[in-house]
Amino acid sequence: MNLTHAILAALLYIVAAPVLAGLLAGVDRIISARMQARIGPPLLQPFYDLFKLFQKERIAVNKTGHFFLLGYLLFTIIAGVEFFIGGDLLIVIFALALGSVFFVLGAFAAGSPYSHIGAERELIQLMASEPMLILSAMGFYVATGSFQVHDIWSRPDLLIVILPGMFAGLVYVLTIKLRKSPFDLATSHHAHQEIVKGITTEFSGPYLAVIELAHWYETILLLGFLYLFFAPWPWLAVLALAAVYFLEILADNTNARLYWQWVLRSSWIFTAVAGAGNLVVLYYLSRGGTP
Amino acid sequence: MKLFQKSPWIIHYDGASCNGCDIEVLACLTPRYDVERFGIINTGNPKHADILLITGYINEQSQPVVRTIYEQMPEPKVVVAIGICATSGGIFRECYNTKGGVDSTIPVDVYVPGCAARPESIIDGVVQALAILERKKKEMAARP
Ligand code: SF4
Repeated sequence: MNLTHAILAALLYIVAAPVLAGLLAGVDRIISARMQARIGPPLLQPFYDLFKLFQKERIAVNKTGHFFLLGYLLFTIIAGVEFFIGGDLLIVIFALALGSVFFVLGAFAAGSPYSHIGAERELIQLMASEPMLILSAMGFYVATGSFQVHDIWSRPDLLIVILPGMFAGLVYVLTIKLRKSPFDLATSHHAHQEIVKGITTEFSGPYLAVIELAHWYETILLLGFLYLFFAPWPWLAVLALAAVYFLEILADNTNARLYWQWVLRSSWIFTAVAGAGNLVVLYYLSRGGTP
Repeated sequence: MKLFQKSPWIIHYDGASCNGCDIEVLACLTPRYDVERFGIINTGNPKHADILLITGYINEQSQPVVRTIYEQMPEPKVVVAIGICATSGGIFRECYNTKGGVDSTIPVDVYVPGCAARPESIIDGVVQALAILERKKKEMAARP
């Protein structure tokens, strides 16, 4: 990918990702409402919420916390840009993790115990989801011989065929990343009380909007990850992503929140079985000479 | 665009009462009334909320709590007092511990009558509060 293309792709991601993710959140809220026999808000509701938050008064509980929030937004965008210009998958994963760590630091900067518990829970969620993300990068490497996103998506063969375990594992941790039940420990995208919204407790107005925005960038990046498995067949990819997202909404509306121990244990077991299992089989096959 | 009218987030607190009005407030969130149609969300966090719904009267113990919640809400914000208890103390007015209605402690923008207030009138009260919220936002923007 040459420089002009890269700059165009980066700009497109920065502009289009929030729009797409906001619409997705709107669809999410409508489908969730229908599952609960309600009508639900208008499609553009997430944007109304976001712009309203930007107009609220700025209350500083702790200025350091707000600085860390900007780090969260910045590194999430960097991860997304690196991904969509076809860069290095490992940098994408580490920048994303760094962004989340900034978010945790931001919550720790405030004095509220709810905020602290939320931050601790976010760390637990990171521990639960990060191994699978890193394993998936290894899976892509073993399957394609490259960590470059550009090389992975320009492969002619369908990666889902040889990496089904990786895909399943990523979908599993996507539930954690999208903050959906049963894994929404640190905060939830539904309206909830104190501890369930833990990590966002102390942030209000424009700062809450920044968190939402960073989450939107993250959502599109993670969906991009899943897209890689179907890259040669875009229509199949769109169908698969829609199906995955619908499953996430279904899980969200039909499950109660788990204990953090269960979240950690189940996602590590799932990562070990689906992700590592897939990697072992793949490695074995590639040694035997058949792809 | 009148964003505050499209995305009013609510926090609900009960000063002290029979809980009748609380149940009516929660009824607004159920499929029958579904206030999320109007973008209304019950946040449960004063720092995220635009509208404070208070049911029940104010007593010695709830007064500092109500004051704290009010002060933690970022501007612009409005207060809706729901039910006769919240308006004036209602049937608890003569009790030894009663301070009075919500306006004994914080400024109230809309009073919703009823014992218990019906979900329809609660929603109506919130809709009236939205106009006030929008006005307060303009005043806030005009301030230096
Ligand atoms: S107004 Fe009536 S129903 Fe409402 S809290 Fe007071 S006593 Fe209960």
